[in-house]
Amino acid sequence: MAAEESYPDDIRYHREHDWARIEGDEAVLGITWYAQDALGELVHYEPPEQGATVSRGTPYGEVESVKAVSDVIAPISGEVLEVNKAVVDAPETVNEDPYGNGWLIRIRLSDPAEAEQLLDAAAYREVLAEQ
Amino acid sequence: MQTLRRTPLYERHRALNARMVSFAGWEMPVQYEGVIPEHKAVRSDAGVFDVSHMGELEVEGPRAHEFLQSMLSNDLDKVEPGGAQYTLLTNGRGGIIDDLIAYRLEPGRYLLIVNASNREAVYESLKERELSGSDVRDVSDDYALLAVQGPRSLERLGLDAAPSFTFAMGELDGIEVMVNRTGYTGEQGVELMVPAEDAEELWDRVLERGVVPAGLGARDTLRLEVCFPLHGNDIGPDTDAISAGLGWASALDKDFTGVEELRRIKQEGPQRKLVPFEMEGAGIPRQGMAIAGGGEVTSGTHSPMLDKGIGMGYVPVAQAEPGTELSVDVRGRERPARVVTKPIYKRQEG
Repeated sequence: MAAEESYPDDIRYHREHDWARIEGDEAVLGITWYAQDALGELVHYEPPEQGATVSRGTPYGEVESVKAVSDVIAPISGEVLEVNKAVVDAPETVNEDPYGNGWLIRIRLSDPAEAEQLLDAAAYREVLAEQ
Repeated sequence: MQTLRRTPLYERHRALNARMVSFAGWEMPVQYEGVIPEHKAVRSDAGVFDVSHMGELEVEGPRAHEFLQSMLSNDLDKVEPGGAQYTLLTNGRGGIIDDLIAYRLEPGRYLLIVNASNREAVYESLKERELSGSDVRDVSDDYALLAVQGPRSLERLGLDAAPSFTFAMGELDGIEVMVNRTGYTGEQGVELMVPAEDAEELWDRVLERGVVPAGLGARDTLRLEVCFPLHGNDIGPDTDAISAGLGWASALDKDFTGVEELRRIKQEGPQRKLVPFEMEGAGIPRQGMAIAGGGEVTSGTHSPMLDKGIGMGYVPVAQAEPGTELSVDVRGRERPARVVTKPIYKRQEG
């Protein structure tokens, strides 16, 4: 079942519809409810390699639905510590739980100060209102 | 800025929270609940598609049969009143202006159901060559068309079985409908044509019978699983019927526009062929992707039934045999694929 629309307050957002949950010098990344809804049911997730470097504002992977493919943009820079294998095996997990079990990668932050440039939930909702 | 056309069922789609998209100049529902559940509903039970955007042309008169026989690729002499036929309107190069279904209403009266995007092109090419005694009229705006498809479609509609490519007038919950035994999903089913003013009532009655609304997204994945070509993707004015595997719908022993070119291609053998293929691992093929060796993907998607990437594309004849390994360039990654036999998805029996 698809999740209900939500934008939790405990995570930070990038205007390309990606989110980051900062935990010390690490972060968990994923795509927002809006992104998964726009794509429809995901059928493929092309993750980065473990150990790869991701850079803020550039693609680190792809998510694909029946109808469309989309780059996943890194909201913040770092090194890939872990890829969510559950999403590789069952991409629809992102539709069911985009902020929980549907996370995409965990990274070690290379520049934690970048977090200050991310949006809070209220600011991200304003981005959506302009769409 | 072009204004999108809306079918008589537009408000119904909005009420169901359908996601609307622009398609061939029409604002159409691409999905309601989701492409995959709608696709599976059609494979396991029954789904209904609003296909009122498709064009309907009537050709009538004492020379209507003779006229269409000279314009369309398939042999209309094989079609009695009450029968229908898949056929092609071809140009002088043997290219495909449109693929369509011709319904013989009366000995001298035909209904042609054509692709929405080709409605004007078909009308114009027929008008250009119209004979006196064969009147061509575009009646698209007068009618709505609902495709009800799936193994339980007839049971849900309370209709008896009938041979495919036939039609008859019938009634559904008090509404008079033309019941066409045709479809684009590979499943048993019907296409119901009614005057536009009856469309909403028919739609409501069909949904009340437990048929699931399905959008253009599922229509595309369903047709691709069974290898029905889509005009604009797999066939078009620059592709010929022989290379596209539509020789069976081309009566090369009669005269029609472009037949000499098709005879030549048939005799010499086509340079390339339209083949169905499955991905061997990850990757979803999409229209326009290159196939190593000079081929190109013309349609691609994720198959909900096979749970893998599938597609169709043109490849050089040397690569066209089933079993041949292909390599598809999926955004810079070479992904293995294999040519398969039609249909890609084989319906479960029993």
